[in-house]
Amino acid sequence: MTFTVEEVYETASMISEQNLDIRAATLGVNLKDCIDNDFEAFRKNVYERIVFHGRRLIRAAGTVERKYGVPIVNKRIAVTPVSLIMETHVEREKFLAMARTLDQAAMDADVDFIGGFGAMVQKGMTRSERMLIDALPDVLSRTGRICAFLNVGSNVSGLNLDALNLLGAMLRETAAKSRDSIGCARFVVFVNAPEDNPFMAGAFHGVGEGDAALNIGISGPGVVKSVVEKNTAGDLTQLAETIKKTVFKITRSGELIGREMAGLLEIGFGIVDISLASTTAAGDSVAGVIEAFGIEKMGAHGSTMALALLMNAVKKGGAMASGNIGGLSGTFIPVSEDAGMIDAVQCGALGIDKLEALTAVCSVGLDMIAVPGDTPDHVINGIIADELAIGIVNNKTTGVRIIPAMGKQAGEILEFGGLLGRVPVMTVNPYSAKAFLARGGRLPAPVTSLRN
Amino acid sequence: MKRELVFITVIGADRKGIVAAVSTCLYEQNINIVDINQRIMTDGYFVMTMLADVAESYISMEELHTELEAIGKRLNMKIQVQHENIFKMMHRI
Repeated sequence: MTFTVEEVYETASMISEQNLDIRAATLGVNLKDCIDNDFEAFRKNVYERIVFHGRRLIRAAGTVERKYGVPIVNKRIAVTPVSLIMETHVEREKFLAMARTLDQAAMDADVDFIGGFGAMVQKGMTRSERMLIDALPDVLSRTGRICAFLNVGSNVSGLNLDALNLLGAMLRETAAKSRDSIGCARFVVFVNAPEDNPFMAGAFHGVGEGDAALNIGISGPGVVKSVVEKNTAGDLTQLAETIKKTVFKITRSGELIGREMAGLLEIGFGIVDISLASTTAAGDSVAGVIEAFGIEKMGAHGSTMALALLMNAVKKGGAMASGNIGGLSGTFIPVSEDAGMIDAVQCGALGIDKLEALTAVCSVGLDMIAVPGDTPDHVINGIIADELAIGIVNNKTTGVRIIPAMGKQAGEILEFGGLLGRVPVMTVNPYSAKAFLARGGRLPAPVTSLRN
Repeated sequence: MKRELVFITVIGADRKGIVAAVSTCLYEQNINIVDINQRIMTDGYFVMTMLADVAESYISMEELHTELEAIGKRLNMKIQVQHENIFKMMHRI
């Protein structure tokens, strides 16, 4: 089989010029069989399981990376939801000890993050789940690699407002206890959380999964931006076709790399999550793609339709490329990491309200938004509730990763440094839904839940 | 005989000695060149692609990367090595 110079050049320059990479290789690991009545034995089992798998993951990633010349940027472990394995050890100190064990194991295995410190509470909370939520501020502020999640709603169950109402206070406490409020960047609240999502902070190894599964998140907004810029003429159908073809190619490389890695690890290959996820690298921006469509600034009227077109093309191109598309598979629009998104907020083109509208047509919700540190708990809960209602009504995953920026006001910048970059603090609607949210209970599931 | 094919892509401004430098390195490591192509692309870059069989190579892919990277640095060109499977996946259905 021969390839033209153009074909080889296209692939090579996607990697060297346009930042195509495997954003996340996430190994899901079952911890249910580590449970032991003796808590110290339980911790030892968990530690050994994670270090064993983590080290193998790192080795396999290195081998495949060199073979194909495609960088595998983040190597992660996702575990069984921790609230589940702690059901017989419901003591605060034990939750903190388990968090230290997971964090230490991740560090010793040299994986970037370990996800799954969370709970599925879409309908109600067990004692263990409630304790996990109470422990989160200490867990997130005292560890460096643990990622936490909560699933508070689904199409079928509706939305558990009682669980959601705990989050504003939990997040503000986490922010107050961590340096630069950074603990909140490792927590996401979902509805319809996928059990095989490779992206952090929300990755966990679902109860429907086997002992281990490798899930791959592939990304290339820079590649998509580059082809859009080369195709300035043409109507929306042609634009969509161009993107589909490119995303097809990107996804195929993810499928190949995932399969080879899973083969080396001798475990099942899970899914490819084809999500456009920005990085701080120049040009690697989802806002940049939207602006290349002909939108002056992300957030301008017309941006929602542009994003809808992008999402549609990404999903269709990806679906053709792999029989194992899963996870979130969409477009991340975090207000950090992505230089175009940050610009749009700072120049006033994009606010929380428009961002919320954008998430109605793309996954994965309000991601990495900072609000003033003195935002009341119930206002944070209101922001989360609105976003999650969009997910429930539209039969899709939505999530919120929100950071109360302690000591900062709207318009200021919260600097994290490193991969997370910087986040502009956004203006929040000053009016309140306090009395409404205080009613508690559950938002009833939509009528589509009655399909049975 | 089992073949293990990789593409070596050299990107940059055209200059003398590119083919010589890369092919000497491959010869010394017992790597057979199966095909060579080169072109000036529409964006002005000079691109050379070499299809090489590394089945009997004296060195690993990682070492080959390192060697070619050093040559690239010396010639002020970008050199990438990638197993042919990725091109099959991306460009052929």
